[in-house]
Amino acid sequence: MVPVIGAVAADWIVFWVFAPVSVAAAVGMLFARNAIHSALLLIVNLFCLAVFFLVLGSPFLFAVQIIVYAGAIMVLFLFVIMLLGVTREESLVERLKGQRPLALLLGAGLIAEVVLAVRYGVGISTKAAPGFDAVNKGGNVRSLARLLFNSYFFPFEVTSVLLIVAAVAAMVMAGRRAVAIEEAGRSAQEAAEREREPVP
Amino acid sequence: MRTPISYFLILSGVLFTIGTIGVLVRRNALVIFMSVELQLNAVNLSLVAFSRQFKELDGQVLAFFSMVVAAAEVVVGLAIIVAMFNRRRSANVDDANLLKW
Repeated sequence: MVPVIGAVAADWIVFWVFAPVSVAAAVGMLFARNAIHSALLLIVNLFCLAVFFLVLGSPFLFAVQIIVYAGAIMVLFLFVIMLLGVTREESLVERLKGQRPLALLLGAGLIAEVVLAVRYGVGISTKAAPGFDAVNKGGNVRSLARLLFNSYFFPFEVTSVLLIVAAVAAMVMAGRRAVAIEEAGRSAQEAAEREREPVP
Repeated sequence: MRTPISYFLILSGVLFTIGTIGVLVRRNALVIFMSVELQLNAVNLSLVAFSRQFKELDGQVLAFFSMVVAAAEVVVGLAIIVAMFNRRRSANVDDANLLKW
């Protein structure tokens, strides 16, 4: 199925091109001083992950990743960054002593742990991944939909409730502020009228 | 496909760790939030990789659900950050210390 170029398969090249890019984008996100740079680098990283989904035999998640994450969620992030006007620099004062070195140390430990877990769980082999065509028979979207609307139907409905609750929660948070501003404006107006009245 | 699944799993672990370090080190609430997104995505990658490894589509369904939950989480979280900014004029997590002892 996979076109073989010389001795290496195409997905091998894709992995070794996109894996360094995704890690570099993540590290850049970590160190970027400006929040907008962080958001843009995160978009690069999400695109790389979408490509990995495609390589791993999931074209549906590839599309959803780009539409939902790189599209909707990151636009929301950029909107909020613009709304808050994050031009000020982040303070580099350490509130907790030695937090940063400790974080880096624990991070290195976590990576070592993951590598060990993969080593003993799946095994770090150079063996190729198993074929996926039998599972994706009739198209990835169709087989995914069959699974989603049969065994995972109840969780699927619950997520719809979750989305409605989240939307209502966000609206309530924004709405209460509008009411508060209106009340503040009205009380200021009343105060101004009261001030004007005693004067003949 | 010639790439072993373990490579994807290790990449996912590296990305998750970078997200964790971001949450621990950064002070800007928005960047902390982006790091959380990075962590969620790293776990999605490992779910899809495991789905490939075990030849089951359940991992992909789970990744799909985690995307939905992430969308809901972003909506509520950004609303909270905006509310905090309106109160304190700052998106720095050190300024939100009302509940700290």
